[in-house]
Amino acid sequence: NMTSKYFKNQWNSEIFELKAELNNEKKEKRKEAVKKVIAAMTVGKDVSSLFPDVVNCMQTDNLELKKLVYLYLMNYAKSQPDMAIMAVNSFVKDCEDPNPLIRALAVRTMGCIRVDKITEYLCEPLRKCLKDEDPYVRKTAAVCVAKLHDINAQMVEDQGFLDSLRDLIADSNPMVVANAVAALSEISESHPNSNLLDLNPQNINKLLTALNECTEWGQIFILDCLSNYNPKDEREAQSICERVTPRLSHANSAVVLSAVKVLMKFLELLPKDTDYYNTLLKKLSPPLVTLLSGEPEVQYVALRNINLIVQKRPEILKQEIKVFFVKYNDPIYVKLEKLDIMIRLASHANIAQVLAELKEYATEVDVDFVRKAVRAIGRCAIKVEQSAERCVSTLLDLIQTKVNYVVQEAIVVIRDIFRKYPNKYESIIATLCENLDSLDEPDARAAMIWIVGEYAERIDNADELLESFLEGFHDESTQVQLTLLTAIVKLFLKKPSETQELVQQVLSLATQDSDNPDLRDRGYIYWRLLSTDPVTAKEVVLSEKPLISEETDLIEPTLLDELICHIGSLASVYHKPPNAFVEGSHGIHRKHLPIQHGSIDTGESPVSAGPAASIDQPQVIPSQGDLLGDLLNLDLGPPVNVPQGSSMQIGAVDLLGGGLDSLVRRMYREHSFLWFVKVWLPAVKAKGLEISGTFSRRQGHMYMDMSFINKALQHMTDFAIQFNKNSFGVIPTTPLAMHTPLMPSQSIDISLPLNTIGPVMKMDPLNNLQVAVKNNIDVFYFSTLIPLSVFFVEDGKMERQVFLATWKDIPNENELQYQIKECHLNADTVSGKLQNNNIYTIAKRNVEGQDMLYQSLKLTNGIWILAELRIQPGNPNYTVNARSKEIDRLQNAFDIVQNIFKDILHP
Amino acid sequence: MIGGLFIYNHKGEVLISRVYRDDIGRNAVDAFRVNVIHARQQVRSPVTNFARTSFFHVKRSNIWLAAVTKQNVNAAMVFEFLYKMCDVMTAYFSKISEENIKNNFVLIYELLDEILDFGYPQNSETGALKTFITQQGIKSQHHTKEEQSQITSQVTGQIGWRREGIKYRRNELFLDVLESVNLLMSPQGQVLSAHVSGRVVMKSYLSGMPECKFGMNDKIVIDKQGKGGTTDDSGKSELGGSGKQSIAIDDCTFHQCVRLSKFDSERSISFIPPDGEYELMRYRTTKDIILPFRVIPLVREVGRTKLEVKVVIKSNFKPSLLAQKIEVRIPTPLNTSGVQVICMKGKAKYKASENAIVWKIKRMAGMKESQISAEIELLPTNDKKKWARPPISMNFEVPFAPSGLKVRYLKVFEPKLNYSDHDVIKWVRYIGRSGIYETRC
Repeated sequence: NMTSKYFKNQWNSEIFELKAELNNEKKEKRKEAVKKVIAAMTVGKDVSSLFPDVVNCMQTDNLELKKLVYLYLMNYAKSQPDMAIMAVNSFVKDCEDPNPLIRALAVRTMGCIRVDKITEYLCEPLRKCLKDEDPYVRKTAAVCVAKLHDINAQMVEDQGFLDSLRDLIADSNPMVVANAVAALSEISESHPNSNLLDLNPQNINKLLTALNECTEWGQIFILDCLSNYNPKDEREAQSICERVTPRLSHANSAVVLSAVKVLMKFLELLPKDTDYYNTLLKKLSPPLVTLLSGEPEVQYVALRNINLIVQKRPEILKQEIKVFFVKYNDPIYVKLEKLDIMIRLASHANIAQVLAELKEYATEVDVDFVRKAVRAIGRCAIKVEQSAERCVSTLLDLIQTKVNYVVQEAIVVIRDIFRKYPNKYESIIATLCENLDSLDEPDARAAMIWIVGEYAERIDNADELLESFLEGFHDESTQVQLTLLTAIVKLFLKKPSETQELVQQVLSLATQDSDNPDLRDRGYIYWRLLSTDPVTAKEVVLSEKPLISEETDLIEPTLLDELICHIGSLASVYHKPPNAFVEGSHGIHRKHLPIQHGSIDTGESPVSAGPAASIDQPQVIPSQGDLLGDLLNLDLGPPVNVPQGSSMQIGAVDLLGGGLDSLVRRMYREHSFLWFVKVWLPAVKAKGLEISGTFSRRQGHMYMDMSFINKALQHMTDFAIQFNKNSFGVIPTTPLAMHTPLMPSQSIDISLPLNTIGPVMKMDPLNNLQVAVKNNIDVFYFSTLIPLSVFFVEDGKMERQVFLATWKDIPNENELQYQIKECHLNADTVSGKLQNNNIYTIAKRNVEGQDMLYQSLKLTNGIWILAELRIQPGNPNYTVNARSKEIDRLQNAFDIVQNIFKDILHP
Repeated sequence: MIGGLFIYNHKGEVLISRVYRDDIGRNAVDAFRVNVIHARQQVRSPVTNFARTSFFHVKRSNIWLAAVTKQNVNAAMVFEFLYKMCDVMTAYFSKISEENIKNNFVLIYELLDEILDFGYPQNSETGALKTFITQQGIKSQHHTKEEQSQITSQVTGQIGWRREGIKYRRNELFLDVLESVNLLMSPQGQVLSAHVSGRVVMKSYLSGMPECKFGMNDKIVIDKQGKGGTTDDSGKSELGGSGKQSIAIDDCTFHQCVRLSKFDSERSISFIPPDGEYELMRYRTTKDIILPFRVIPLVREVGRTKLEVKVVIKSNFKPSLLAQKIEVRIPTPLNTSGVQVICMKGKAKYKASENAIVWKIKRMAGMKESQISAEIELLPTNDKKKWARPPISMNFEVPFAPSGLKVRYLKVFEPKLNYSDHDVIKWVRYIGRSGIYETRC
């Protein structure tokens, strides 16, 4: 290839010329040459061969030239480590220069040269610079420690630089403080439990003082650092809030958002409904609105964060919906985010205005935006019942425009409206059917088919409509195929005489001609169901569906809480936890909202007191099309999203001669706590009703997993459940969801979500729970023991230092020693098993051949239990020493703890 | 923290590339070009993530600025930094253009080395930077020891935005109250949303380290004083306006020179100002806004090929005041074939390239009205989709503050030098401009 060869030659001659110029006698010439080198470097040309010549220019008193040479060095030192060493002398000399700007420049650049040999030489100058008389040098040296830590963490620790950095937090210059805080914060992210920053009230006070005096960037570093602090009580939290609040008026939006983060976190610790609490909530709203008058990119970041804030604390912005109205020339990313927030804030009070806006938006140009606006109209209908009628008529107007994507989007949301308000708007079905031909998207086709199937008895030509879809059955998407199958089965059950041929056709298409396992399975199940017992088939397929919930697209509460801790950061923009997009160690440490210090007496459970929203907020039903109407979606959706009621269909499974049992078992086994299912209420004691069950903890929530079996000859209805007061304040989060009658010899599995905000009464034994179950026949009582491990919360990992201090604090009389016998596991397996049950290993030591494990666990009511596990090689008996401050309150709790260790380690 | 910073021209050629972190490789420069600048579908977010690397970008005319990171950085801070960087570049070589960037690339690298260290933003106030980063590179060598320590103490100091030893023969200050009034009105004349976003811009030419105190007719302050029963005589200072009642400020933000804790506790605005021009505060009001113009639209579709449009504008302020640079923009459908316009005042033109009738009036006094009518001929189309009817928008400038804000005083104290508040010559000016001022039709 002649051309590339030519260019190569030309480049070679250029390099040659540059080499000559770099060695020119005139300083100006040399400077020009270095500039050319940097220009070539910028566009990606390889100028590494000029290394010695460039380094030769380093010895100069021209600061600008020196900076250029340094820039070159930072880029190429790594590829030429041996030659880079030539520069060391010059750096060391510059670190002694009388001019502080030069000293700082040298230490700043040296830290950017990632060559081991150079790093060694850096230590002494850096140590001096950290104590330099000039603050400019000190603030640069502080950052240099972070650079060095990135290259060689061990060396930084060994050389004591972390201590020097900590000393700088008390520096008299606010910028030095800010940089030291930034460096320490970043370093401590890679040692999550090290308590590097040593945040104590004195240090916090220093930071708050520096906050008033440093640059805008420094304020951001300090606020971000403050947000990681856990105040010891509400008074401290309030006094920090008071000193952070003025930052809400800063012109820099990042300062404002970081201040909002601190306040949102510490609000958790303040007692509700006090004057201060309410004033603080009010103060948060104006600055958030002001962020929307900034530049569009900052608006975008602000809107993504506001989206989280309105989910966590809707009261803050509920009066401000107007500021989220879309402006004609907002960038599209701002428009889409505003729309999202508008729907979240829509309420009875503002629905008229919101609807008028949405109608305007539905006529705009951008397809994504228009679709979202149409969807939003449907959401409004579902959310604000009074507006449903107007929303439906607006949607009909939009369908009349015949704009293809508008029609399709409208039909999808009308399907949801039907599910929310059954038997109310069916009069519009005729209009919908007119648009059948224009639907070319799977979502819209599936929605239309669902509507036809669901209301088959009111649509005269339902069979023709569904048949028309059947022609191209194999070209449809899986979603459409599944919905069509179900719709035709529904039609058959409603109009059996005319549609037998159709149902046979679809069953054979699904089971014989398809190679999609989901479709085949569902086809077979319908087939057997219809051929074995048409009456039951009718009950199952045409059963009443639970209504869909008002709010959708809500972020799952634990994730929401975690994201609140990341306000202003990328995580809050992506709505994903950092470990979803950050590599390596940095993102792994998960953040939690601070927890109010409750005790067993008040019944305040820390787990539920923090994210109180998890109780107030409606359950989220995943919007997976026909989930609830269909039999087998149980294995399609993840069980965690379906906290209750979902396993109801299991009862019908008997018709298939069992088989799904194993599925349910598998579901349970995947969670960390597996306790044996016990019969709680035998049938002989409860007029034929048998209840067996167990407790479990999944994804941070407690559940009571029960099977109800009807062993009587009559059906049972009207089930309800109630708990007596108990030691941990356990109550059901939702009522017992049994919507269908329990037929003779049928069994229904229910997973009842629990929380610990109920009234507290001490029980004996401590974990005793008395339960009353009612049905149409009678009320029955039973009592059971809740395995204590269900109360072990996920954030039971104590900081190392805190563990040590707490352990020492607890008097010896609060200690219990016992032995676990015949356990043949090694220390790591033990640690893993315990961790699966939220008992965390804080440290592991090997002392004279024995493994010592230090464990911590925390109960829902905030009580900590610490334990030391001793494992001697060759000895199957482990010694456990457990301590807890609250031992007198717990009394026999230790017996239970003892059992827990046993149970977990002896499966 | 920020891992690297790139500047590209509109073609995606890299003009500046500065990498701060080891986890950012050379390929990141290309990743942004390929996935954002050259993306087949226009990128719909200012933050993007490819291969676990996040990119933040802003565009200034044809120039792309991108910050890149692999960590969970403070996103708001990164954007604020990019804006700040644009400000700094503008302060050094005015317009951000490919040519200016190429001509100043050495300077830009020097700035980037100073204002971003290992990805942590450092002092980026131009006032401070200009004392030691100069385009000549000569000054830096001739600093005396005192000068050097003065530079470093300013860069790291509590008053990083002002240097010591400033002297003026004539102490003078200019205050501009610049407001932009925003409106969205329904065709029936109902205010859907209205707000004023205002800025107080100050040009200060004051000697020494003057301590300033700024007062305005803030409702909270006035009410507090009213309750106390004492009237502050400063309210009658030479800057005071017509004594109009107080206004409710929804929210305000301040330049970093203002002592925020003092504002929070006493609601007083005190500060040591930077030298020269800067933005003292921004604020927002939504209550009792004076809407300088009202637009009354009337659109009638005559058959499928003709539209009749009539628009009346009414000015709503004191007859003695004059509004200027009035412009009404009436959107027309894409299939417009011809337009005939009649207006009573000013000039109106159909601009086919902008799909709008643009009606310009040089001046208009208060409490007047004027009208335009137009006939729009349309080409028949097969397009089923209806015309979206974008809103009618307006531009204007008025010599008062639509929010009702009045400056009550700006006091200057410089205890070390012998000039007093009375010696300072003060000027104040109010300008109200249209922001997004739209009426749906």
